[in-house]
Amino acid sequence: MAETAAKALSLGERIKETLAFKTMFTIHIGDVSIPISETVVTCWLVMAILIIGSILLTRRLKQVPKGPQVFLEAFIGFLNSFFKDTIGHNWRVFAPYLGTVALFLGVADMISFISPMSGFGFEAPFMFKPPTRDINVTAALAIMTIVIVLFSNVIFKGFKGWFKSFFEPAPFMLPFNILEYFIKPLSLCLRLFGNILGAFIIMELLGMFIPLFLPPIFGMYFDFFDGLVQAVVFTFLSTLYISEAAETHKE
Amino acid sequence: MNPMIAIGAGIAVMAGLGAGIGIGIATGKAVEAVARQPEASGKITSLFLLGIALSEATAIYGFVIAMMALFS
Repeated sequence: MAETAAKALSLGERIKETLAFKTMFTIHIGDVSIPISETVVTCWLVMAILIIGSILLTRRLKQVPKGPQVFLEAFIGFLNSFFKDTIGHNWRVFAPYLGTVALFLGVADMISFISPMSGFGFEAPFMFKPPTRDINVTAALAIMTIVIVLFSNVIFKGFKGWFKSFFEPAPFMLPFNILEYFIKPLSLCLRLFGNILGAFIIMELLGMFIPLFLPPIFGMYFDFFDGLVQAVVFTFLSTLYISEAAETHKE
Repeated sequence: MNPMIAIGAGIAVMAGLGAGIGIGIATGKAVEAVARQPEASGKITSLFLLGIALSEATAIYGFVIAMMALFS
């Protein structure tokens, strides 16, 4: 009995250990020292993958597409047509931001796919954990989206129109309309964070108990499919919020 | 660990109950809609994904609360 209790404790502590954010190194500027956590380093890795990939893929663009350029054009065309359909007239301003968020989240959620696995007494020297399991990353993305919504409201509707939109459809909706500016980013942030963290914990538990055969199969669902769906949902909801803000009455 | 914390986390995760029922209803209705109008399946799929994302959020809130109770 005492043995099982000790084992359960060690399991909880192991989960706690994998959930903790390690500090990779510290930057010293004068007296200020800035700890750089694991999340930031993984974000840099994602950025490096995206930047190098973009440079390599767009280096020699031709009038008649060939090879990878076909897929690239199809992908960008798909994203652009989706933004055009949802946002409408002013889509071109927002397409770069939304496309970047989609690409970043797509790569960030699936980064654990290319990390070595530990098991059978073998400890992997390093492990890429999805940076979106840190609530700070998702909060930053959600705040960026809501700031864009705020600014596009003011720019496209004018200051007066934006002020008036608080009293629509009826004046008593004012508190709800104000609350919306806090609920939208909160739900965006928590949805992404909770989904990725949940998938991560389930994969960790599975790797601890059954490290044979099963993790790659479940990983297909939890890392690949779930990450992709959450990236799509985040982009989709951001597009929807922005399209609400950017719609113009005169046209 | 205090056993009350574990019980509290278990109760918090029960938020998934409502989300499961909601997603089930949404899926059933989406299937009905596609069966009735197969040509509108593109629009139905995007609306369906949105609805699922919104109803799933409640389960995620419960999960986040449970995690906060257990690990902080």
